[in-house]
Amino acid sequence: MKIKALSRSTTEYTRETKSDIQLLPRNIDPELHPLERAREYKRALNAAKLERMFAKPFLASLSGHIDGIYAMAKNPWDLDSVVTGSGDGELRMWSLSSQETIWRAPEAHRGIVKGVCNIPGGETDRFLSVGTDKLAKVWSRSESSVASDGVTPETVATYTGKHAFSGIDHHRSRPLFATSSSLVEIWDVDRSEPITNLTWGADTINTVKMNQTEVNVLATCGTDRSIILYDLRTNSPLAKLVMTLSTNAISWNPMEAFMFATANEDHNVYTFDMRRMDHAVNVLRDHVSAVMDVDYSPTGLELVSGSYDRSVRLWDVNKGHSRDIYHAKRMQRVFCVKYTLDNNYVLSGSDDSNLRLWRARASQRMGAKSNRERGAIEYAEKLKDRFAYVPEVRKVLQHRNVPKGIKKASRTKQDMLQSRKRKEENERKHDKSGKARVPERKKAILGVTNK
Amino acid sequence: MSATDKLSLRMHTEAEGGSFAKGNVSHTAERADNDHANNADDSDSERAPRTLRDAPAKSDRTPAAKKPNRRDNKKRSKSSNKDTDNNKKAKKREPDAIEKEILAKSEKYQRGLKLTMGDDKPAAIKVRSKKAQPKIEHEKRRREIAILDAARSEMLLTEQAGYLEAEGEMERTYKVTQDQLADSLDINSRAKIFDLKLEEFGPYVMDYTTNGRHLLLGGRKGHLATMDWRSGRLGAEFHVRETIRDVCWLHNENLFAVAQKKYAYIYDHSGAEVHCLQKHVEPTALGFLPFHFLLASTGMTGRLMYQDVTEGRIIGEHKPGYGPNHVLKVNPYNAVVHMGHGNGIVTMWSPRQSQPLAKMLCHKGPVQAMAIDRSGTYMATSGLDGSLKVWDIRNFKALHEYSTMRPAQSLDISQRGLLAAGWGANVTVWKDALVTKVDAPYMKRLLPSTTVSDVRFVPYDDVLGYGHSSGLSSIVIPGAGEPNFDAYVANPFETTKQRQEAEVKQLLDKLAPETIQLDPTFIGRLDPRSRDQRQLELLESKREQYAKDKADGKYLDNEVKNKMKGRNSTAKRFARKRLNNIMDLKKLNEIENEEKKKLESEAKRKKIPESEKGALGRFYDEKRSTA
Repeated sequence: MKIKALSRSTTEYTRETKSDIQLLPRNIDPELHPLERAREYKRALNAAKLERMFAKPFLASLSGHIDGIYAMAKNPWDLDSVVTGSGDGELRMWSLSSQETIWRAPEAHRGIVKGVCNIPGGETDRFLSVGTDKLAKVWSRSESSVASDGVTPETVATYTGKHAFSGIDHHRSRPLFATSSSLVEIWDVDRSEPITNLTWGADTINTVKMNQTEVNVLATCGTDRSIILYDLRTNSPLAKLVMTLSTNAISWNPMEAFMFATANEDHNVYTFDMRRMDHAVNVLRDHVSAVMDVDYSPTGLELVSGSYDRSVRLWDVNKGHSRDIYHAKRMQRVFCVKYTLDNNYVLSGSDDSNLRLWRARASQRMGAKSNRERGAIEYAEKLKDRFAYVPEVRKVLQHRNVPKGIKKASRTKQDMLQSRKRKEENERKHDKSGKARVPERKKAILGVTNK
Repeated sequence: MSATDKLSLRMHTEAEGGSFAKGNVSHTAERADNDHANNADDSDSERAPRTLRDAPAKSDRTPAAKKPNRRDNKKRSKSSNKDTDNNKKAKKREPDAIEKEILAKSEKYQRGLKLTMGDDKPAAIKVRSKKAQPKIEHEKRRREIAILDAARSEMLLTEQAGYLEAEGEMERTYKVTQDQLADSLDINSRAKIFDLKLEEFGPYVMDYTTNGRHLLLGGRKGHLATMDWRSGRLGAEFHVRETIRDVCWLHNENLFAVAQKKYAYIYDHSGAEVHCLQKHVEPTALGFLPFHFLLASTGMTGRLMYQDVTEGRIIGEHKPGYGPNHVLKVNPYNAVVHMGHGNGIVTMWSPRQSQPLAKMLCHKGPVQAMAIDRSGTYMATSGLDGSLKVWDIRNFKALHEYSTMRPAQSLDISQRGLLAAGWGANVTVWKDALVTKVDAPYMKRLLPSTTVSDVRFVPYDDVLGYGHSSGLSSIVIPGAGEPNFDAYVANPFETTKQRQEAEVKQLLDKLAPETIQLDPTFIGRLDPRSRDQRQLELLESKREQYAKDKADGKYLDNEVKNKMKGRNSTAKRFARKRLNNIMDLKKLNEIENEEKKKLESEAKRKKIPESEKGALGRFYDEKRSTA
């Protein structure tokens, strides 16, 4: 007779001393884990609830400006610093870690500061600013001496333009920068006059953005509802895209050189592929007022936008609706937003003269985590992902407390859009010529001209 | 901004600031390099198949192997031929023994996904969306890898299951007595064979905790005791001074429920009474649903009560209507409660549904005992008609029948599928009795001049405990228990800290009673109905509800007019409504009169002669009918 019975020795399964770790054997046989689907669902629901419980996106409000903040620049060579320009012509440099002003120029411009940008390279801490006073100025925190607080430091260089400037951006590698006013001008930093003028149509240009990957391409948007792409190598335009309403801001995708996002007056953010602009790649719709600024995350997978409806929204570039909305009781119209280059924070500058610092993922916490903690977070993420379509979990994950104004406006807007759609559908139905439906991605586009 | 956030931001500025600059300068170049590196990785991974399934079927999955790129062919000269030869070999190669074994093992990890080898793939799921197709394919491949990894991880299990095997043709395993067994067992296992002589308060009912460490025993005449049975350490022992009909551990060894003469009670580990559950009247059988924290009981009233033990609410109260009851078992697979009734019927219950999920006629006489295996596939029942039957409860069909000399008083199924029956003074254990019909029992034991009242296998151990009229016995049944426990499910070597932590986790994962269904995997499943169809069905159900409510007199137009003088009151209104349904002579007369009037008016209408109508005759009828 062959006989064996289970006999576990206690010494094998228990620890000898308190410094040992406990042995926790696993057996993943499904029969040992009954009701696993239901339990994972419950865990997913708990994870979703905890996520919303810990969602405290607001970190700090940096005050100092007297007028609204209308221009902002992040420095790719220094994660800590950010430069802002306000409506009264003041420039401020902030340290995000200590949350204070580290440099300021009270009367940098007479009139509104319309744009700031850093001079790349990382050798100097120089940056450029333009204002409605037709001046473009180069500043440096380390080079310009400050006599006393409240006195404007000296500029490193000044360029005089013919028109009030509306935007500025620097070339990725060469000592060139582009400004926008009623035309786009390309400046060499060593010359006092612009080296090239770029125009196509004679209207005011809202902003100019240089592509930081495909470095010779730049995009502008004008008040004539157009978005124009120029090439620096030929000093000529590439293409012109006209939309139904004008575009307020442009941001190039840092990872995919041919993609860019635009903030439109019609409450939407559009992403385009510059090789094929007859339709938008994606339409991101949730704002209830004009979108004033948009910025890509450094991964190119997410977007942040600021709107005239006093809210900041975060988007997944591939999805049609925002994944989160940030608002504060005292935050007014948002005019500039930036995604920080560590992909963890979002900055917003608004009419109420405050610079606000937000978390990019509302419930995420920084700081070192233990292995177990990280494991638990990863597990929770996976569960939420897996059960995201189950109604109860989805409800928890999607719910946001939104200011009454926005909620009301979005309801009205929804009604309006629906009735418009219904009307279109009816027209299409009773049209003899058999009109095809216009895709949403083409609706806002009036036309494209390629050169 | 919190301190940690500040700190991390600074850390980022210091740590990444510098490197970022570099990264940006050679941005495009680096990315190109990365691409190159990725490609290299890919080709490596192609050479060394990641999954078992990939190995034989690889060549028809990767496009490179299936349709060799022309450019590649030109570039590579002779060396490429070698590669393609290898690929061809791989395509033809049959899975070896180890791979086959793993594939066989993977059967139980599939959870509905059909995993097949090589070319005989199941037909692809038809999905209309082009966007979704690659995603589904990707997800499927990932699941296949996970299944095979799970099967492979069985290698890491440390313990082997016990066994008792006859060597010669003349040997019979059921002839081995516990004394003989004890001689060939180690000292640790030998200690598990014992008899407790408790002749005064028997017969005894018992229960083991889910990790098998603690034993709870209750004597019919009121004796209660808990013990760590392996070490023999007594927990609490006391006398309740009334009849005890059943005992049951709750989620861990800190609380247990007892079905006493009048009510059910909950005691804690020290034996202090925590609750008297007065809703459970004259309970005879108890069951605990560990993931839902529900205590189920049935009793002389014949009702099935569900009580949430965390908040004390009654979750469900069902009336099967078959009279007093004493057989109740919880299906460990889907937490459905099975009840055996006096008319031979077994019913299955979910706390939120007032009707049973299923009814089975199992015996010609009263159901005496029941047991359900942990996979939720098999159920064994015994009836007073003398039969012991095994059922497949997935399709409610009888599989085999065994016989005991007298009706089995108690049944249990061990984790590895051994079936034990206690009848008279005997305990008989069958091996593989659920899957096939076996001729001879695996083991048996007779304790003269006793009556077995309750048999229970110990989880994660090769031990069977049974209570009888003169105490309690524990015998070793090799191969009964699961050899490899999962410490996150039940840990026989649990420390106090671990138990406390597990309790918190259990409570966090507490399931809603609605999750109890015959098929527990229904959660998160796709609803195959289309949106229109769903709305239509919703509308239909609403309509039905409305019609039913209207018939029940829920709406105003059905209300009876108040003809009575005096004060109105809810009670009177209710009484009147009831009256409305009663037919008395007065009412019958009223109805008759009304019908008479109707007939008269119709006759009047018809009476108008044709001559009176004239040319406008054709408008008459319409006019009258509208008036």
